[in-house]
Amino acid sequence: MSDHDYRPKSKVGQWFNDRLPLLTLANHLTDYPTPKNLNYWWTFGGILTFCLITQIITGLTLAMHYIAHADMAFESVEHIMRDVNYGWLIRYIHANGASMFFLAVYIHIFRSLFYGSYKAPREIIWIIGIVIYLLMMAAAFMGYVLPWGQMSFWGATVITNLFSAIPLVGEGIVTWLWGGYSVDNPTLTRFFTLHYLIPFLIAGLVILHIWALHVPGNNNPVGIDIKKPSKDTVPFHPYIVIKDGFALLMFMIVFAFFVFYTPNILGHADNYIEANPMVTPAHIVPEWYLLPFYAILRSVPDKLLGVIAMLSAILILAALPWLDTSKIRSAVFRPLYKQFYWILVADVLILGYMGAMPAEGLYLLIARVATAYYFLHFLVILPVLGFKERTLPVPLSITEPILGGSPNLAAAKHRESKIK
Amino acid sequence: MSDKKPKKRRDFLFTATTAVGAVGAAAVVWPMVDQMNPDASVKALASTEVDVSSVKPGNTITVLWRGKPVFIRRRTQEEIDEARSVKMEELIHPEKDEDRAKNPEWLVMLGVCTHLGCVPLNDKGDYNGWFCPCHGSHYDTSGRIRKGPAPWNMEVPKYEFVNANTIKIG
Repeated sequence: MSDHDYRPKSKVGQWFNDRLPLLTLANHLTDYPTPKNLNYWWTFGGILTFCLITQIITGLTLAMHYIAHADMAFESVEHIMRDVNYGWLIRYIHANGASMFFLAVYIHIFRSLFYGSYKAPREIIWIIGIVIYLLMMAAAFMGYVLPWGQMSFWGATVITNLFSAIPLVGEGIVTWLWGGYSVDNPTLTRFFTLHYLIPFLIAGLVILHIWALHVPGNNNPVGIDIKKPSKDTVPFHPYIVIKDGFALLMFMIVFAFFVFYTPNILGHADNYIEANPMVTPAHIVPEWYLLPFYAILRSVPDKLLGVIAMLSAILILAALPWLDTSKIRSAVFRPLYKQFYWILVADVLILGYMGAMPAEGLYLLIARVATAYYFLHFLVILPVLGFKERTLPVPLSITEPILGGSPNLAAAKHRESKIK
Repeated sequence: MSDKKPKKRRDFLFTATTAVGAVGAAAVVWPMVDQMNPDASVKALASTEVDVSSVKPGNTITVLWRGKPVFIRRRTQEEIDEARSVKMEELIHPEKDEDRAKNPEWLVMLGVCTHLGCVPLNDKGDYNGWFCPCHGSHYDTSGRIRKGPAPWNMEVPKYEFVNANTIKIG
C-alpha cells in the first residue's frame, strides 16, 4: 500500500509523525481504496459505528442518574423519565438505539451472507464480527435488566437459568451468576458493571474488525478480487464518506421516528411494572432481536438440547466460511444460492414471529420445521451447493461489464480455476 | 539451533518459574471468581418461619425464602388421594408423594418451575396442580412434573414444623 510512503507536509507534522505515526494512519484511512461499485448495503458499517457511539454517549449520561440497586433502580429510571432534564429523550434514544443497533447489524450480516463477504481471505473479519454480535446480545440483555421491571426480572431469571441445563455444575453456575439464590441486588449490580464494560470491549473489537478489513480491502457486489488502487477503486474520502453520510442521515430519520413517535412500541408494557419475584408475567417474550433464537430454544422439547440448539444456531455462523464450499462470493453469480438465501431470510423471519407467539399447537410445529431448516441450510445445503451449483461467469473486473464487452467466458473460467 | 538439546538447568528453571507463576495467578484469580458467589449477608437469610394457622384446606400461600417464592399448600383429601394414586411409571421424575409431603396435608415446595425459573400458577393445568405460563409445564397436586419442558419436579426445600402452626423453611 502506498500509505507507507506518506510524509506530512508541515515540519511539525513530520516531527510528530516520526514519533507517533498517527498522521500516516489518518492518511491511510482517507486514501483507503474502496471498490467503486459498493452499494447502499455497504453503508451499514458506518451506521453501526454511529450506533455504538450513540449507545456509549447516551449510556454514560444515563449512568449519571441511574442507581444500580434493587430497591431504587426502578424509581431512578422513572426519575430519569420525569425529573432529569431531557432524561426521557436520552433514555428513549438509548432504548430504541439498542433496537436500531440490531436492525443495522442484521442488515450488515445478511449483506455479508448475500455477497459472500465471509469467504477467504476475510474469515477473521467475519469471526470478529460474530464475537461483536455475541457481545451485543450480552450487553442488550443486561441493559434490559437494569430498569428492574417485571420483564427485566423475569427475562434475567429465564436467561440465567439456561445455564442450569449444564449437567452437574449448572446449578452452581447459576448461583454464582446470581450471587444469591435468585435474581436479586447482587445480580443487578454485576449486570450494571458488565453492561458498562461491554461497549468498550465492542469498541476495541470494532477497531480489530476494521483493521482486518483493511488488509484485503472491501468485498464488493461483484465479489471478485480487485487491484488496489486501480480504475476499480475510489478513495474512501470523499466518495465513501459522503455516501455513508447520506445513508446515515436516512437511517437517523427511521431512528428519530421511533424515538419521537413510538418510543415504546419495541418494548413491553410489563416492564413499567416494578420487578416482583412472586409473580411471573403471563407472557415472557424477549426483545424482538432475540426472538428467532428464542423460537429455536422453545422448539426443542428437551431443556439441555434446547439450550445447545440455541447456542449452536449462533455459533454455527462462525464456521460459515468453511461450511460454504463455493469459491464464488457474490450471490449475483450463484442462481441457486440466491434462492436459498431468500428462503433463509424468510426462515429467520418466521422463526422470529414464532418466538413471539405461544409455544403450542401450529406455532410450535412451524417453529420446529423452521428450526430444522435453519440448520439444514448451513449444514447440508451450503456445503453441497458449492459442488453442485452451476455458477454464472464472473467478470474480470468491476469496470469490464460497464465499459462494454460481455464477460469473457474463457477468461472468467481461467480466473475461477486460479481462485480454486 | 539444534532440535535435540539435552535438558539443562535453565530448562528446569523455566519450567519451575512457569509453574510457580501459574499457581500464583490462580491464587489471585480465585478470589476474583469467588466474590461473585452468595455473600455472608445473603447466606444469613437462610431460614424463614411462617405462620400457617390461617391457611384453609385447598388454599395455597406463597412466601419468599432466599428471594424465591415457596408454595405452602394445605391439600384437600381428594388432592392427596390423587397424588398418592399415581403410578411411578407415569412420572417423568419419579418421586413418591409420601416422600415429598411427610405430613400429607401440607405440601411445601419452591414455587419455581424447573425449566427456566418462572413461577407456576395455582390450580391450573391438566393435572389440577400447577401450570407454568412461560413454556407450558404442567405439575400435579404433588408438584411433580407431568407434561412440558421442565425436567424435574418442583423442589421440596428443607423444612420442619416448629409447632402445629409454624413451619420453618431452611
